[in-house]
Amino acid sequence: MSSQAVSIVGSSKVSKRVQFWLLCLFIPLFIIPFYVVLSASFKTSAGADVTTMWKLPSEWTFSGVKAAWTALRGNFTNSLLMTIPAVVISSIIGSFNGFILSKYKFKFSNIMFTVMLVGMFIPYQTILIPLVRFLQFIHLYGTLPGLALVHIVYGIPITSLMFRNFYVSIPKAIVEAASIDGAGLVKTFFRIIMPLSIPGFVVAGIFQFTNIWNDFLFGIVAIPNPANQPVTAALNNLSGTQTVDWNVLMAGSLIAALPTALIYLLLGRYYIQGLTAGSVK
Amino acid sequence: MWVRICAGPHSYPLFVHLIFQEKSMATKSHKPKFRLNPAAIGLMPSFILVFIFVYVFIAYTIRISLSKSWMPALQNFALPTPWYGTYHDLFTNYRFQADIRNTIIFTLFFLIISVVAGLFLAIAVSNMSRSRVFFRNLFIMPYAVSFIVTGVIWRWIFNPISGVNLLFKYTGISGLYEKVFGSPLEPDWMTSGTVWGNMNGLLEHVIPGGNVIQAQMGIPIALLPVIFAASWQLCGFAMAMFLAGLSAIPHELREAAAIDRATGFRYYRSIAIPALVPMAVTCTVILTSTSLKIFDLIYAMSGSGIGFATDMPGIYVYETMYKALRYPLGASASIFMLVLVCAVVLPYLLRFNKGTEE
Repeated sequence: MSSQAVSIVGSSKVSKRVQFWLLCLFIPLFIIPFYVVLSASFKTSAGADVTTMWKLPSEWTFSGVKAAWTALRGNFTNSLLMTIPAVVISSIIGSFNGFILSKYKFKFSNIMFTVMLVGMFIPYQTILIPLVRFLQFIHLYGTLPGLALVHIVYGIPITSLMFRNFYVSIPKAIVEAASIDGAGLVKTFFRIIMPLSIPGFVVAGIFQFTNIWNDFLFGIVAIPNPANQPVTAALNNLSGTQTVDWNVLMAGSLIAALPTALIYLLLGRYYIQGLTAGSVK
Repeated sequence: MWVRICAGPHSYPLFVHLIFQEKSMATKSHKPKFRLNPAAIGLMPSFILVFIFVYVFIAYTIRISLSKSWMPALQNFALPTPWYGTYHDLFTNYRFQADIRNTIIFTLFFLIISVVAGLFLAIAVSNMSRSRVFFRNLFIMPYAVSFIVTGVIWRWIFNPISGVNLLFKYTGISGLYEKVFGSPLEPDWMTSGTVWGNMNGLLEHVIPGGNVIQAQMGIPIALLPVIFAASWQLCGFAMAMFLAGLSAIPHELREAAAIDRATGFRYYRSIAIPALVPMAVTCTVILTSTSLKIFDLIYAMSGSGIGFATDMPGIYVYETMYKALRYPLGASASIFMLVLVCAVVLPYLLRFNKGTEE
């Protein structure tokens, strides 16, 4: 629809052709890092010399990927165990808040929401010391549930915002009809709103999965023991080790990037929706 | 139950509200007393949790930043003399001065490059028909990948003995450069400690007490690859925002433009780009806050650099707290970061709050 609309007024045919070729010039720029990672991952340790970085592997092998997987397997599992519950819980909390914020107006609701939204923008360095003390206090310091809890709390502002913007498209009359039928707020949410929210959950879930999986700062601060850290922290440790082979390091990057990259390649449309839905409107 | 839900601005029974929607809006002036309704109670747990984790924690950090020698094991909150002593130490610190310089240079360049590239890419991509989805997905792809991963990769691409310098050699650019300037083109990239330009003399005159500036104020060469990598990763985000803005331009406006024959360049200059201004503001605010907080990418790509040429406040805070164990100093640097981010974000959020009140 929008493609037709743009074509009424967009650039002329010649200009479009020029723009197409300009865009093509950007392709190598965006592909180069992915090319370097993929080609290096399948090189042998002997063939993985950084001075031949741009060459394809002369001999394709999985030895680098296997070595990287051995090094990162534990941390990869940690990331999964921490990310999935954090995504599910923060999305459910966000949808409940978003429902309230979009469908019920009460005094101070806007102020409360703005106060919460600030949490989305603060530099997390500012809260690290009390955060660690808090985690120690509840005996979750250094554990995956503790890290998941951190991601859930700091995920509340962004998920609430995304669902609030999502629920604007659901007519208020549905909520009002439910309340005439005697359903309270909680019942309306679970019986009527939740089943309508699947697209919202897909968008917010993918967005949160990417955010939480890619996090590094909380991972290294909330969990000091390298064996319990998420995969991003482990990759950075691997990168700082002098003895590690270059092909193994690149294969490690591939492994750490794979879950979010795969989700993006398969469900990119929803991810892009989340990008713009997460901006304050 | 339902009567109570309707308390607050909708103080009429629901059916009245449904039938006389306009009327009930008009009687907004008589305000009912504030009562805790289920909606407010429902929001409370999240609100309290976020309030503690954001505001109470920040207050705690501010208090630590004002202490002389707070340590987790020894909770000594005693103030130094003068009470702002930690902040004095922070701003006279060579490394932190370099960090402030780096943040300013990084933010300026990164912002201009990503917003301009994002706008160009959005306009060009929106003009494509069959290739649109391909280009759009390609340009946003880096944003979905972890900063640590891209940092590790770019670190090797900008390694002086490999990567880009090899490309200069293969393409003959380096040889051409050697003919003109006498030495081959082999920049040190992030391992360079060189700072272009020296603004110290000027700054000492402009800033009161400017003679405390120790770090050389200029453009560190080592920052350029880092700026490039960050723009590479985030210009797709800017593009996505501008694409959303472009597709939100009302159809009538486009038709009117077509009737007036305002197509091509004229259309973008007079209609599309003015319509994108709100989106550009949002985009700039988000990218600036990202840039002021940047940590992972630089930590993985170059670390602090030679002579702190690529150090950033985010890295400074982490290393001062968890490597040097100087908690008050790290805390004061983090509060400085918070002030910078708030200066950019708060006016924007407050405007948003006003906008939704009607």
